[in-house]
Amino acid sequence: MIAIHDLHKAFKGHEVLKGIDLTVKKGETVVIIGPSGSGKTTFLRCINLLEFPDSGSIQIGDRALTFQPGIRHRSKEVTAFRQRTGMVFQGYNLFPHRTALENVMEGQIVVLKRPKEEAREIAMDLLRKVGLEAHADKYPHQLSGGQEQRVGIARAMAMNPDVILFDEPTSALDPELVGEVLKVMKDLANEGMTMIVVTHEMRFAREVADRVIFMDDGRIVEQGTPEDIFDCAQNQRTRQFLRRLTEA
Amino acid sequence: MFFSDRATQVWHLLLDSFWPLLKAGIVFTIPLTLITFILGLILGFFTAIARLSKFKALAAIARFYVWIFRGTPLLVQLFILYYGLPSIGILLNPFLAAVIGFSLNVGAYASEIIRAAIQSIDRGQWEAAYAIGMTKRQAMWRIIMPQAVRVAIPPLGNSFIALVKDTSLAATITVGDLFRKAQEIAAERYEPFWLYIEAAFIYLIFCSVLNVMQAQMEKRVDRHVAK
Repeated sequence: MIAIHDLHKAFKGHEVLKGIDLTVKKGETVVIIGPSGSGKTTFLRCINLLEFPDSGSIQIGDRALTFQPGIRHRSKEVTAFRQRTGMVFQGYNLFPHRTALENVMEGQIVVLKRPKEEAREIAMDLLRKVGLEAHADKYPHQLSGGQEQRVGIARAMAMNPDVILFDEPTSALDPELVGEVLKVMKDLANEGMTMIVVTHEMRFAREVADRVIFMDDGRIVEQGTPEDIFDCAQNQRTRQFLRRLTEA
Repeated sequence: MFFSDRATQVWHLLLDSFWPLLKAGIVFTIPLTLITFILGLILGFFTAIARLSKFKALAAIARFYVWIFRGTPLLVQLFILYYGLPSIGILLNPFLAAVIGFSLNVGAYASEIIRAAIQSIDRGQWEAAYAIGMTKRQAMWRIIMPQAVRVAIPPLGNSFIALVKDTSLAATITVGDLFRKAQEIAAERYEPFWLYIEAAFIYLIFCSVLNVMQAQMEKRVDRHVAK
């Protein structure tokens, strides 16, 4: 489903990703954990080309792109590729001049060219699914952070992506609002959505992930089932990271 | 006795000249303002886009244009267009020279306002638009511009009101606008004080009306955004 091979990315000479290989099966939920600065977010942003990798290759479904320094892909290829991935941002990034419903309709109308009525129905269904049917006509500033993020998830789902990327989706939320977002994500995972999640929510990782990946210093250090990682990590750095979390 | 005679005289002077001044305002000042503002906005918009373009040459041309027109006095620009150009064989009628001069000037300032407004929109908005598969153009028109307009309206409103008053400079290149008319009548009647006060009063009315319009427009575009 998703095959990523030897991905490298440097910012101004500083190498952030030092060769990442990852395959994700359809319907799998992969959670990426690791200390800040380990390259988790950059990796995620490379998958939907918000950052362009320096080298390596990414395949999603039947679309594949190979990266080399100095070679830019045509913007048509890039947008087509991005349409296969959905993204949920740490800061939500809802469109403030559009209602919740319009946020979910926007991509369907502009990018997928769905008729307005169809887009509205689909958007309404998705809002119902994330429990925000009653808030469809509100603007983002009238919603709580947790509600905003749930709209963000609905907006990503509306594009029927092959995979949804979650970039620390609950990090900006007040603690009491984290649960409602995680619940929506859990439902999605149970329905068979393919998901790659960067998060610090270890309980979510343990309960929902099919596979947990520990990243450090631009590399995947260790991966396995939640039990493998949380209960019997093999690598010293993984154990250190997890110990520091439980001490805090 | 003298006072009331004088007061009556001034009153008649003001009454007699009010309509000619207002007419000059309606026939020249207002059209000149509206035409040059619209042309200036269009010019400013494309200049802003050019300045943000990844094509370096285009950005450089835009920066050069803004540099010239912000760095030289409007009055000098008008004089070059109307009194200077004929010596190299280009004769413009006064109104056209004024339209060109003011538009280029407004365009330079507006481009900076529009550029700043576009750049003030959070990068996350571009990313969210890209993440659902939008092209750069779609992101610009559907997501960024509607938000940038809201940011740009107050400073553009200021430019517009400044322009209403700056058009009085057109009188120096013989455009028969409100101020030119006031100068003519003042010379005829030897009453500069009252005529210029009256001209100022009419400008004040124009600007006050615009202030109200601007406030309403801001309220309209601000509806959906948190304070």
